[in-house]
Amino acid sequence: MGYDCAMNWLNTIFILALAYAAAFLEGPFAFCRNLLGAQITLLPALMVYASLTSGIGTVALLAVCGGLLRDSPSENPLGVSILPLFLIGFIISWKRDLLLREHPFAQMALGMAAGAVFPLATLFLLFNLGQGPVLGWMWLWQWLAGTLTGGVLTPLLFMLFDRLRRAFEYPAMKQSSFREDREIKRGRQ
Amino acid sequence: MLNKQHYITLVLVVLLVAVLLSLPSRTADRLKLAISGLFLPLIGLAASTHEAAAKAGDPLASRVELLRENAILRTNNQWLTFQLQQAANALRENEQLRLLLNFRRQKPSWNLLPARVFARDPETWWRSVWIDAGSRAPGMRTNLAVLTAEGLAGKVVSVGETRSRVVLLGDPSLRVAVLVGPNRLNGTLRAGSAGARENNMLDIENLFNESADRTVHPGDEVVTWGEGGVFPAGIPVGRVVDVPQKDYGVATEARVRLSANLDALENVWVMIVP
Repeated sequence: MGYDCAMNWLNTIFILALAYAAAFLEGPFAFCRNLLGAQITLLPALMVYASLTSGIGTVALLAVCGGLLRDSPSENPLGVSILPLFLIGFIISWKRDLLLREHPFAQMALGMAAGAVFPLATLFLLFNLGQGPVLGWMWLWQWLAGTLTGGVLTPLLFMLFDRLRRAFEYPAMKQSSFREDREIKRGRQ
Repeated sequence: MLNKQHYITLVLVVLLVAVLLSLPSRTADRLKLAISGLFLPLIGLAASTHEAAAKAGDPLASRVELLRENAILRTNNQWLTFQLQQAANALRENEQLRLLLNFRRQKPSWNLLPARVFARDPETWWRSVWIDAGSRAPGMRTNLAVLTAEGLAGKVVSVGETRSRVVLLGDPSLRVAVLVGPNRLNGTLRAGSAGARENNMLDIENLFNESADRTVHPGDEVVTWGEGGVFPAGIPVGRVVDVPQKDYGVATEARVRLSANLDALENVWVMIVP
């Protein structure tokens, strides 16, 4: 129990650390923006991973920390990204027993859906708050690129975290199928 | 399946968002500065890595190339020194004439503070950048004009200790009063359509025209008007590209191509007004 709990916390810390790094990289490094003409965000894919592998507490923590870190260097009203992120995580977490979460195709589909919903829900909130961002045809490309990269990044995140988990946890002890009471005694006693 | 923990978390998150969104703008700005301060160690790391990478290339520069560049810089320096002397003489003469005429100084003097752009807004629907000049620099405050060598770039909207946020031209929150062409017609520069903004163009609206022969034409220069107290008069903004709408032969709107390339900002100057 204590071991599982420690591993869950480690997983949460990894998720939050990656959210911090992702939020930082979106600002100063214009590499993706210059190359693709679109800004790539890792948060929706990270939220899909968190909601499929962790509890609702980690989902809420990621939504709050990731949303605040994303909004703070932006002109967005502070906190506007929290709710879209949390709703993505909440819905996936709610229905996760019905999802084939270990299948890369399912991860990819969920990542794409999250990448598509996140900017739309943020815009919906912004317009309801009376903010008027300027959108054009280029934004449609931005949205499409966000959706596609969400789909690509989600299975990659699963692989990355799987490797991290294996690097930090003890290898599972192999159970032997040998049972003394079921041993067939051969020969003369 | 939803359980009690899910419902409690949902309510808590919604409450937190409601509180954050209803914060007064000043408190929200301070909170934003404090949270974005968490990135400072990484920003420092990125800057020093960049510097180290630049220094690593220093020994590879050829001596011939350096000597040639040095000679060009010397020539430029002499020419600029000569120009500076001429400007100083003109300024002295101007001051003397003002004294003779008993004129009040019309424009306050201002200084330029150099700054480097280190981050852009992660959302593509806004137009703002972060610069590495903050309240530690003397005179740095909000509502100061930010320039490039080509012309106006934007204004400072929030100031931290070592960094500030600058809203650029084309952001929906920034409007600038401008004068257009030799007839000095006034209008307001606004964000305009997104398609135009992607091509570094903005719209001027509410152009005040007296008659069809005193209207704007493609190629006319656009400069700041100086009304409003943020942007001093006479800062170049751009040139008129076309005049899409005319009422009774008089232009009421115009499209402007900005002088500064706002998509590739690296170094800017903050106009410090005492």
